[in-house]
Amino acid sequence: MARRTGSVSGPTAAGTVVALILAALVAVLSRADWPVVFGAADWAVLRFTVWQATLSALFSVAFAVPVARALARRRFAGRGLLVTLLGAPFILPVIVAVLGLLAVFGRAGWVSQGLGWVDLPPLSIYGLTGVVMAHVFFNMPLATRLILQGWQTIPAEQFRLVGQLGLSPAVVFRTLEWPVLRQVVPGALALVFVICLTSFAVALTLGGGPRATTLELAIYQAFRFDFNLGRAAILSLVQLTVAGGAAVIALWILPPIVLQTGRDRPVQRWDARGLWPLDAMWIGLAAGFLLLPLGAVVVSGMIGLGQMPSSVWSSTWTSLWVATLSAGLLIALALPIAAWLAQARWGGAEALTLLGLAASPLMIGTGWFILIYPWAAPVRFALPVTALVNAMMALPFAVRILLPAMRQVFADYGRLSAGLGLHGLDLWRIVLLPRIRPQLGFAAGLGAALSVGDLGVVTLFADPEVATLPLQMYRLMGSYQTNAASGAALILLGLAFGMFWLCDAWGRRHVAG
Amino acid sequence: MLQVDGLRVVQGDFALSADFTIKAGQRVAVIGPSGAGKSTLLGAIGGYTPSVAGRVVVDGREITNAAPDMRGIAMLFQDGNLFPHLTLAQNIGLGLRPALRLAADERQQVAHALGRVGLGDFGDRKPGDVSGGQQSRAALARVLVQNQPLLLLDEPFAALGPALRAEMLDLTSEVARDTGATVLMITHAPEDAERAADQVLFVDEGRVDAPRAVADIMANPPEALRTYLGH
Amino acid sequence: MKYLMTTAAVLCASAAWAETPVLKVYTYDSFVSDWGPGPAVEAAFEETCACDLQLIGAGDGAALLARIKLEGARSEADVVLGLDTNLTAAAKETGLFAPHSVAAEFTLPIEWSDDTFAPFDWGYFAFVHNADMDVPANFRDLADSDLKIAIQDPRSSTPGLGLLMWVKAAYGDDAPAMWSDLSDNVLTVTKGWSESYGLFLEGEADMVLSYTTSPAYHLIAEEDAGKAAAPFDEGHYMQVEVAGKLANSDQPELADSFMAFMVSDAFQSIIPTTNWMYPAVTPASGLPDGFETLITPAKALLLSPEDAAAARDGALAEWRDALAQ
Repeated sequence: MARRTGSVSGPTAAGTVVALILAALVAVLSRADWPVVFGAADWAVLRFTVWQATLSALFSVAFAVPVARALARRRFAGRGLLVTLLGAPFILPVIVAVLGLLAVFGRAGWVSQGLGWVDLPPLSIYGLTGVVMAHVFFNMPLATRLILQGWQTIPAEQFRLVGQLGLSPAVVFRTLEWPVLRQVVPGALALVFVICLTSFAVALTLGGGPRATTLELAIYQAFRFDFNLGRAAILSLVQLTVAGGAAVIALWILPPIVLQTGRDRPVQRWDARGLWPLDAMWIGLAAGFLLLPLGAVVVSGMIGLGQMPSSVWSSTWTSLWVATLSAGLLIALALPIAAWLAQARWGGAEALTLLGLAASPLMIGTGWFILIYPWAAPVRFALPVTALVNAMMALPFAVRILLPAMRQVFADYGRLSAGLGLHGLDLWRIVLLPRIRPQLGFAAGLGAALSVGDLGVVTLFADPEVATLPLQMYRLMGSYQTNAASGAALILLGLAFGMFWLCDAWGRRHVAG
Repeated sequence: MLQVDGLRVVQGDFALSADFTIKAGQRVAVIGPSGAGKSTLLGAIGGYTPSVAGRVVVDGREITNAAPDMRGIAMLFQDGNLFPHLTLAQNIGLGLRPALRLAADERQQVAHALGRVGLGDFGDRKPGDVSGGQQSRAALARVLVQNQPLLLLDEPFAALGPALRAEMLDLTSEVARDTGATVLMITHAPEDAERAADQVLFVDEGRVDAPRAVADIMANPPEALRTYLGH
Repeated sequence: MKYLMTTAAVLCASAAWAETPVLKVYTYDSFVSDWGPGPAVEAAFEETCACDLQLIGAGDGAALLARIKLEGARSEADVVLGLDTNLTAAAKETGLFAPHSVAAEFTLPIEWSDDTFAPFDWGYFAFVHNADMDVPANFRDLADSDLKIAIQDPRSSTPGLGLLMWVKAAYGDDAPAMWSDLSDNVLTVTKGWSESYGLFLEGEADMVLSYTTSPAYHLIAEEDAGKAAAPFDEGHYMQVEVAGKLANSDQPELADSFMAFMVSDAFQSIIPTTNWMYPAVTPASGLPDGFETLITPAKALLLSPEDAAAARDGALAEWRDALAQ
């Protein structure tokens, strides 16, 4: 038998990611002072970290299910735009999103002002509520998108059958929607859990105090204030273990994916005709919850646009090419891994990709700083390393997005390709890439947007001449230039969204039937 | 010529064994009830289903463990015979060069094959833009340029109407004659076998009977075939 | 001939460029930003030094020390500018810094006797608020009020650490009790100064931990007199920002002359309206207009670097326990 596509490059790419993380960990450990104590306070930190991540994952997915269901069975003007816009919170830099959320739900926010007019006390979202709320804001759109994509794999023929038999929404849920949900939800939960596990600034700002200490803050403190590299490495390892454990469990309970081939038509749904007010409510709720804070960011950004220094534009340029490089690296890693996993019997290796997300960026950055430093000035590698770390963080998303499409291609055209002798690059060029183009565009767009919004390791390597846009925004905030920072935040939002849209639109153009 | 010697395929609790020889240029209908192992047999010969024992020999060359594209076999499946994002001409071109970089004479060959199956002007269309019958013709045109000694058909025309299916079977016979290929085709309809086959392989419960001439087996069917045909 | 001269000129120029000594100064990010002191300081020093001054932003004050520790003896930095007295004990312990030779009439509210680090500016921590509200006169009043404050985490931010020391210096062994009384006033704790100040400007918090000099920014740069700092009668903890010369600098003379420049009028007059802190040596021209409106604490609090370093872990644990209730 000829070698399977991706059977070498897939493990190589996955191995590269693991090696990059482990090398950083070993580098940090090599400079550590022993022994390191993991004390009672650390256990409290671990408990809170896991608890808030669990709640955030549950609420994000629980909110996403009815929203995705409503979006899946309704056609209305502007639906496509709404689905795209719903992706925006995910790519926002943390501080921008938090200020946007507070403008709406904060003590002095719009909702509290409204409550004030009717003599009600203002909302108080600080504490666990605020943390979970912000995490839902960031991750619910992602979960929605994942579930929506899952449901879109149900062939239109099956919904015609539903329409013909006049099946009730409950029966449709049991027979069609639930089986898909069961496949998608564990993965979505694991993904959101891991993302929230490494949360730091959100948890701190909205958590209201040291109660809301996450592992990532402890890692930050170990690196920055204590410069206790051993402690930082141990905490990073704990974080990797918890996240990795969650990923393995989630993927292990993931049932084998059953493939059904259907002709690709716009899905028309005949079920749930009477339930449109319910769906409208969910869509309205999600749109309000997600778009109002974005609106607040836009409004305050418009005011600041005129006060921005020209350095914001050069930072925009820097961010643009870092994001492009990052998206390129992401695709180069994700494609072989997805092809490899698509043909593997057991998808457990997908868990490896979550390591990129579970590893502390500060740990990776510091580790590579230690590794690069004896050989060259780390400053020169600031932007490439940033791009690489961003690509690794986006990798689990990209693999998640590409994998189902890739499986479908192998199921539908694997035999034909093998019979025609399509191997290696020819298989990629002629069959795989054209067939997964929509998913490829989406994944690349997501990677680029995530990279644009990430403050990340660039701060560690800090190059005085070039700053990425989020770094520039932080510098503006640190210099009392709040308005200019809002303007930069708007540019950031525009850039992230623009790059995402460009890639996504490229993917969806000329989609072959 | 196709030789299948003591071939054994095991899939879960289903096992198939086959031992037969088909002479070069013969067109053989593979008939049998659902789940009898017809597709498994073709899959094993085509190199898509691994076998646990036995040999498959095509034109004197053993191919038991060769990759699907190194077996001297062209195969058409029930569906998914054409890539929807490529034009018909490109789909056919794949039969000549998987890299799709065709020389001038190869382009000529593709054009000729398109003409041969009556799709002369359709080369630039994509599969989604033509009818089911035309899709089948394009797939046959590719078989033509592939020019392999053995052709396997796993009911590629099942979705077509009777007239169209008959037309395709005739075209298949012509293509096989042009290339001198031996043909193995799965079918459910005895009239298809009578129309387009010289011999019949009857498959039942994982056993493959020796091939018999169509007229002979139809005139004097074994018990199991009689039950299957409902006589 | 003309061509030859041009070539010679280019050669001379590049030779001169190649010989230009480079002084690398690690500092915090906001120092090098367009509004920070960085651009003006660089221009002023390069006018006199015949050198290339490179100001390299390396995150915040705490990150600066981490960076130096990470790079160790092989660091390319000649000078580190921007540590504060809460960090200097740890910095000294690395053995990476050399004694300074700066002599100046510091106008600090305290005596300066450190031989390794020289101050370049200083300020008082204070809670900044909108001018039109009634403000507490001390931590006790604050704890008894319903006011909400935004503060920074002492584990990730230097002002956060400063507040910890402030309460410790003012209340000593009663600090844990004070923190638990304050806990219901703490709206939230942020990673850095930028986030809390942002929350305050958005109207989320009534007061924010910042500096007595913060209102000067709003007054001078934005012509907005609406912000004020609350004077606390326990006294205000100081932040003294310092610079030190690295022992392994390959430009020790240049580093010395930079440190001397740092306490000169040329540097010190840039500080008030760019870094929004008090200059360590008040320039001959005095403080800019607007600074006279700022509050002057009755009492300046500051733990010595050794005391601060010794108190830190205990104070941190007390703070965490009190606020985690």
